[in-house]
Amino acid sequence: MALTIVESCVNCWACLDVCPSDAIVSAEPHFLIESKNCTECEGDYADPQCASICPIEGAILNAFGDPINPKGSLTGIKPELKDDALKEIQAR
Amino acid sequence: MELNVLNADQAAASAEGCSASACGSSNDQMSHLPDSIREKVQNHPCYSEEAHHYFARMHVAVAPACNIQCHYCNRKYDCANESRPGVVSELLTPDQAVKKTKAVAANIPQMTVLGIAGPGDPLANPERTFETFRRLSAEAPDIKLCVSTNGLTLPMHVEELAKHNIDHVTITINCIDPEVGAKIYPWIYWNNRRVRGRAAAKILIQQQQKGLEMLVAKGILVKVNSVLIPGVNDEHLKVVSKIVKEKGAFLHNVMPLIAEEEHGTFYGVMGQRGPSDEELQDLQDACSGDMNMMRHCRQCRADAVGMLGEDRGSEFTLDKIETMDIDYDAAMKTRAIVHKGIEEELAEKQLKRERLAGVKVPSGPVAANKSFRPVLMAVATSGGGVINQHFGHATEFLVYEASGNGVRFIGHRKVDQYCIGNDTCGEKESALAGSIRALSGCEAVLCSKIGYEPWGLLEDAGIAPNGEYAMEPIEEAVMSVYQEMITAGKLDAESELKKAEV
Repeated sequence: MALTIVESCVNCWACLDVCPSDAIVSAEPHFLIESKNCTECEGDYADPQCASICPIEGAILNAFGDPINPKGSLTGIKPELKDDALKEIQAR
Repeated sequence: MELNVLNADQAAASAEGCSASACGSSNDQMSHLPDSIREKVQNHPCYSEEAHHYFARMHVAVAPACNIQCHYCNRKYDCANESRPGVVSELLTPDQAVKKTKAVAANIPQMTVLGIAGPGDPLANPERTFETFRRLSAEAPDIKLCVSTNGLTLPMHVEELAKHNIDHVTITINCIDPEVGAKIYPWIYWNNRRVRGRAAAKILIQQQQKGLEMLVAKGILVKVNSVLIPGVNDEHLKVVSKIVKEKGAFLHNVMPLIAEEEHGTFYGVMGQRGPSDEELQDLQDACSGDMNMMRHCRQCRADAVGMLGEDRGSEFTLDKIETMDIDYDAAMKTRAIVHKGIEEELAEKQLKRERLAGVKVPSGPVAANKSFRPVLMAVATSGGGVINQHFGHATEFLVYEASGNGVRFIGHRKVDQYCIGNDTCGEKESALAGSIRALSGCEAVLCSKIGYEPWGLLEDAGIAPNGEYAMEPIEEAVMSVYQEMITAGKLDAESELKKAEV
């Protein structure tokens, strides 16, 4: 089992510093997870560390290929509530 | 170390009358500081409005990672053409950063300060940040080091910061109320988990305040940066200012939110507006009753090089510094001579200012009426503290307020250059109109020269163009123009009106 980084990664280094297994490598065009080293942080932490600090929604996938941080999960605004949020923010 | 100097400032401000030292040099925001602090900041371009005309600074981008998300920041930091915090062209390793710093220091001898400001949070990259500081304190001891942080991990790094002779730290504090914080910070990374919303903001605020207290206890100077976000923390920042002052921050820098859709930030995309020049100035004025406010911040990139407001980063790219052969010992000697020259010039200016403080608003019948209203004036300058720029070449104007209490620096207004020496430019007129709009509220604009066309348009807009003080020191010129306005009776009608209202 291993996580994957996809092309929306912005190479910010945050995940590399917090990975307990040294599974992340800095690469171009984006960082990569070496699947043989990735433990999904099992035994080290409750949550996978890379996905806990990654600032980009959808940039890290779980072993099933699903985004660990889906759309709206990091801005705090669910897609269905976006119109309300827009109205509120633009009224400021 | 006693750092609670802001109370002393308040005492001076509330004292009756106006002694030369407290008031005449009110444009010098450092004047109220005790000597021990003033010594530390007098050649720091980011802390002293005056020093920024003479000394240069640079940031090295060794800190890409961040441990929080701010709604005004887009973590996609790689951009060559934007000028705002959090943006850089190329990341550096500590080794490259040391090389670059020495290359800049040798080529721009007036560079006094090296800061690490991102593009992420320097203290979320402790190894890269402290390796850079360690090596620079050993290899380039004549450079001041400073760092800016969001404060989340600040308490655990205070010891290490103190070791590296870093005597200035900037903390960005946008709120002290978690309710407000939840609208600015969607999440933080804390104790190996992502924490969201109000709970996240609460932890961040606690860590920032604790870090501030610890730094002050260690005798490290703390500047607080706040981003003014209309409708989110505008009123709240007045409380923030009061509290950080009480805890010992020596300077508060309220900066306008930068939020454009093309920057891809949450606020940019969602259409959150930034404050107007007037809103920013009003808030800075409201806070200044409580503390020393910084008004000359240019919100520079995390890899900026040169004088404040300019960026010479392209002269020092990695491939270029690779070919430079720097003898730093020799460079330090040159640097010492240059710094001494600047310090002498500044001391001379200080003396001049003290003389100027003795000059009062005109004598004669009008002098009896001391209640002339203050006047805002814009100045075009390319540095050196003198009026030396053509109106059409100015990319920004410095705004000064003249009043019976003297001359004080208010802030700067950015404009698009309308004249780049090509009269065929089709956008010339609209850009000129933009320049004039940026000067709203000002009643005069002082520059070295000005064209016929803008002259007329400025007059129509109620802003008096003035090219009579070319190459003269700014404060003196602003005071002279103010005196001319009084003598010409231009402020009479207004003051009459005001009286009538009362």
